[in-house]
Amino acid sequence: MYKLIKAKEPFRFYTRLNLSELLGLKALNLIELLEIIKNVPGSSIYHHTHRFLQQHQYLSPEPPNDFAYWVSEVLGEDELGEKLASIDTIQFSTIRGLREKIIATIEEHLKDHPQAKLRFARKEEAFHFIKSKSFILPTNYVAYDLGEFIEILKKITIDSIYFHIFEARLRLEKGTNDFSHWIEASLDDKKLAYSISRLDPYTYTLEDLRIKLIKIIEKRISI
Amino acid sequence: MPRIEDYIPIVGGAIIDDLRLLAERLKGKVIQQINSASVGGGVAEILNRMVPLLRELGVDTRWDLIKGGEDFFEVTKKFHNALHGRDETITQRDFDVFIETSQKNIEEVNTYGDIVFIHDPQPIALIKKKSNNKWIWRCHIDVSNPDQRVWGFIKNFIGNYDSAVFSTPGFSQALPIRQFLIPPSIDPLSDKNKELPQEIIDSVLSKYAITKDKPIITQISRFDRLKDPVGVVEAYLRVKKYIDCQLVLAGGTATDDPEGLKVLEEVKEKAKEESDIHILLLPQDDIAVNALQRASSVIIQKSIREGFGLTVTEALWKAKPVVASSVGGIPLQIKHKYSGLLCHSIEGAAFAIKQLLNSPEYAKKLGSNGREHIRNNFLLTRHLRDYMLLFLSLYHPEDVVYF
Repeated sequence: MYKLIKAKEPFRFYTRLNLSELLGLKALNLIELLEIIKNVPGSSIYHHTHRFLQQHQYLSPEPPNDFAYWVSEVLGEDELGEKLASIDTIQFSTIRGLREKIIATIEEHLKDHPQAKLRFARKEEAFHFIKSKSFILPTNYVAYDLGEFIEILKKITIDSIYFHIFEARLRLEKGTNDFSHWIEASLDDKKLAYSISRLDPYTYTLEDLRIKLIKIIEKRISI
Repeated sequence: MPRIEDYIPIVGGAIIDDLRLLAERLKGKVIQQINSASVGGGVAEILNRMVPLLRELGVDTRWDLIKGGEDFFEVTKKFHNALHGRDETITQRDFDVFIETSQKNIEEVNTYGDIVFIHDPQPIALIKKKSNNKWIWRCHIDVSNPDQRVWGFIKNFIGNYDSAVFSTPGFSQALPIRQFLIPPSIDPLSDKNKELPQEIIDSVLSKYAITKDKPIITQISRFDRLKDPVGVVEAYLRVKKYIDCQLVLAGGTATDDPEGLKVLEEVKEKAKEESDIHILLLPQDDIAVNALQRASSVIIQKSIREGFGLTVTEALWKAKPVVASSVGGIPLQIKHKYSGLLCHSIEGAAFAIKQLLNSPEYAKKLGSNGREHIRNNFLLTRHLRDYMLLFLSLYHPEDVVYF
């Protein structure tokens, strides 16, 4: 039987709330989109590749980002849309790397399909660039062992799960998610930490991710 | 008036906990909302709901009004239309009237707030009173294609604010200040959106002689060319060739709007041969609108231009399949084929309606996706959260703010 041990350091749940800031930049075709992607702040690339996860939970895992959706649905460039949608976001530990991959994908498509430059969106369907301004707040939920951790996981907001899984790993360049980090560092459970860190969270809705995390931990502590 | 706890069964307790966390960070700040009317119009409607809820959360929120005579409000109505891109004759006298009344308000209105939150163009000139406090200009109107003379005039004021807020990305303009995106919201507990017993829905249908044995297609909109009611009738007639159904066009009365009356006559003319078209001139009857939306098989919003499109929000919240034009704030609410169907023409609208009527499971899925999308993004609780984040952003310019 797995023995619930008290953590060296308790885990405090945080929440992450976003405010969208308009950059006043818009694209009507792929050339404009590409140029702006090259120059906007990282928080804008982050917004457009992660917004869907929070705002369209029921759509995730597809379409996972605004660029893919716009290219397919507005410009009608399905092949490029598919390529952008299938960028393996989990492989990128920095926004910089993710931006470079998006740029390379569009450039390659334009090279192979020069006629794609001729497709224009209607003015009303322009791509507007936005960036996320994030506010990170500690909640009143604190876990001292995995039992408490599961109970809190069941009731916290998806914004909190999002923060500890996505934001911590990618935007803040921590390399792993907060849950795995705590489980390994404070509970010395490398096996459980690994089972969580090897998940590809981009292929779940946030509610499904919550259920999956609970199942993994419950399975571990029922051994 | 609902209390904050009343929203817990709809959005979950943790969302309300987050609102309380944010409210704590605003302790000690006085938020002063200023607009031009306490009743009538969307701004007053939203403030009437928000101010008590912010106060209940512990945010010291107050609400003041500017004053103006008939001539001032005639000018601001012209400005409003011109900012919407409509042709208006604006004279130098109009600008003078605006400046004169604004000057009186500058002298009379006490701008005591730590944060002064100005709604729409009417009170915009109060910015001249800015001291060490923070000022926000909230634009509730579609300024994507404004009359440049009027826009240039009000832009001179906007540049002195700390931040501006727009409802959709397409409404933003090149400005020297920070701009935030905060879409409007609906209140799930209002008469227009609350759950209704079937008897009330049935009584409204019966009152307007609408039967339950044929699918109902509905557009709720005032009779305005920009809402394209004639186009809706044409789309309906195309559907009717294949599917026996009814059309409900319901909107506010248009007695003070000669153009609206003309549009209404055109719609009646177009619909005169068809007994299954119900043209309803509804007075301010939120329960009737709610009932009609709930009784509908498909809801349409075939606008040529649109602000945010709150009628779409209301329809999606009722889990209805929606066919709507891809204009204004509608694409924020409908992702094509996921939470509704977007259309660009009468033919496209007719085709989409037929698809939905013939594929009820698909229609149901779109409707339920739509409801969840509204629950996550366009209810009053999200609006409250965004406003509190906006207030906090004035003191924290960085991209990632830690508390």
